Amino acid sequence: MSHFRSDIRQRAEELVALYPRPRSAMLPMLHLAQEQDGYLSDEGIAEVAELTGTTPAEVRGTASFYDMFHLEPVGKYVVGVCTNIACLLAGGEEFLEHASTKLGCSVGSTSEDGLFTLEETECLADCDRAPVVQVNHRYMRTTTPEAFDTMVDDLRAGKLDHDVPPHGTLIRVRRSAGLRAPRQEVADQRVAAKAAREARAEETK
Amino acid sequence: MASLDAPRIVSSRRDFTDSFTLTRYLETGGYVALRKALTMFPEAVAGEVDAASLLGRGGAGFPAGRKWSMLRKSPISYLVVNGDESEPATFKDHYLVERDPHQLVEGVIIASYALQVNQAFIFMRGEFALGLERVQQAVNDAYAHGALGSKIFGSDFSLDIVVHPGAGAYICGEETSLIEALEGKRGFPRIKPPFFPAVTGLYGEPTVVNNVETMSNLPWIVNNGGAAFAALGAGRSTGTRLFALAGRVKNPGVYEIEMVKNTFRDLIYDPKLGGGIIGDKQIKAFIPGGVSAPWFGPELLDLPLGQDEVAGEGSMLGSGSIVVMDETSCVVRATWRITKFFSRESCGQCTPCREGSGWIERAMYRIEHGGGRMEDIDLLLDLCDNIAPGLTWPPQQTTICVLGPSIPSSVHSAIKMFRDDFVAHVEHGGCPHE
Repeated sequence: MSHFRSDIRQRAEELVALYPRPRSAMLPMLHLAQEQDGYLSDEGIAEVAELTGTTPAEVRGTASFYDMFHLEPVGKYVVGVCTNIACLLAGGEEFLEHASTKLGCSVGSTSEDGLFTLEETECLADCDRAPVVQVNHRYMRTTTPEAFDTMVDDLRAGKLDHDVPPHGTLIRVRRSAGLRAPRQEVADQRVAAKAAREARAEETK
Repeated sequence: MASLDAPRIVSSRRDFTDSFTLTRYLETGGYVALRKALTMFPEAVAGEVDAASLLGRGGAGFPAGRKWSMLRKSPISYLVVNGDESEPATFKDHYLVERDPHQLVEGVIIASYALQVNQAFIFMRGEFALGLERVQQAVNDAYAHGALGSKIFGSDFSLDIVVHPGAGAYICGEETSLIEALEGKRGFPRIKPPFFPAVTGLYGEPTVVNNVETMSNLPWIVNNGGAAFAALGAGRSTGTRLFALAGRVKNPGVYEIEMVKNTFRDLIYDPKLGGGIIGDKQIKAFIPGGVSAPWFGPELLDLPLGQDEVAGEGSMLGSGSIVVMDETSCVVRATWRITKFFSRESCGQCTPCREGSGWIERAMYRIEHGGGRMEDIDLLLDLCDNIAPGLTWPPQQTTICVLGPSIPSSVHSAIKMFRDDFVAHVEHGGCPHE
């Protein structure tokens, strides 16, 4: 029995087909597992292991290295506030404190209603709009406490559902098809290209 | 006065709100360079990049042409594009992937043709959700347009591009770590030698890894010739470059300007660029190339923005990120935060980096937040010396990758330039700015 929904399972299998080795699909597939469950459940990890030819221990050991993967349930909205150098110089620490008060949860925890998880992030590469705030990895560009409060209220009211999908959904544009360059064609091209290059090198000698 | 006459090479579409669409891209000369490249011999395309003297735009500044030519002896298997932009205060690739994804895709196809590889991967940091969507859409559009897939534009060249999301790890910007991540593992940098993935890369096969901005320059270089690119800038720093300006300036942002012809002062103060310091305060210090770089004081504001020029003063242009601190900024707090970053992001393989970054962070924390001791200041320098012996630039290395030797840059700079600030913190029992 697959833990993945049929559409997630299909996309996971499509991912494996894109790489010369199945394990390369690990990170994108873990994102898919988070898209279904909101975090990495034991069942999701087991299925990723099956599809990538690894063990659940290897999957967990890999996932725990990366900040974006959550091994425990998180809120529907993961709010990231950057305090790294450019944001620090723009009052990022005070901003993070404000966010904590507004959301009603401390850094690294989830609000009681299960809606928000607050994280202090490293640089998010949007430093001309500091302090930087992301919700589920979407840039919100709320650089004042007032704008932040409005955004939180809008999220609660569901007004931003179109812009901010639930936590885990990362890439909403799907790849249009699998690999399109046939293997034999590529192999033939590599042989021909090598021969042609050697012939040209011989000519110029 | 800043020199702003050079053409925009990678940001030519910045005034279009729909710059990311195929329609706009085709209307503004898109995929013309690829058609031209496909009529040339692959080594001739590589020759133009060589002639351009295009230095890699990721951070190390290695000539892209040389990176490619090292491989021409043995056929290369894969091209991997590094879009893991995570060096603090660097946000120029963020601009390129969101605002001009087709230019990146066209550059990747051109590079793949020059190298005769048939599969390329664009590895992008996972936090770029919109960038990932835009580049995936551009790849989809390129397939539909005949610019990707089997027999591109009717030629004898076929290529697949796979867009690959990372998952939040600074270290994956290091190219061997990125390859490990692309193999589905923890992003542990690989032992050197071999120094270049060109020898042993993805799945142990010859691989070229190039930065997003490096790739984005290729359509212009093919259209205009490597010589036209090399005519811009001076010395080894040719062409234009995207500079990400952040910190205490009035107009932070990404600016494409000609290399060497402009100085740090131009970038920070010109009304068309940074516009000066917020509140017209005095500049205290600036970081010239990402937080891995040693800092400069205001006396070096007239230094040209060129790789060798900055190296000559003991720092690096690095990732093209410039952070400005003014007289109101607390340099101790800035140093503590940078150290905290390295401590969080150390992958943990090498003892000097894993342990050293934590010790330095704790010592910096107590100086900034109260409880600092006078002897902590020299202790910090000693800890730095254990990670990068001699505290020289470029640094000596005791670790597998350059994350470790990057840690001392800010600590050493801040103590050297502003020792009095550290003393004041210790005497005050915390940050006097609060």
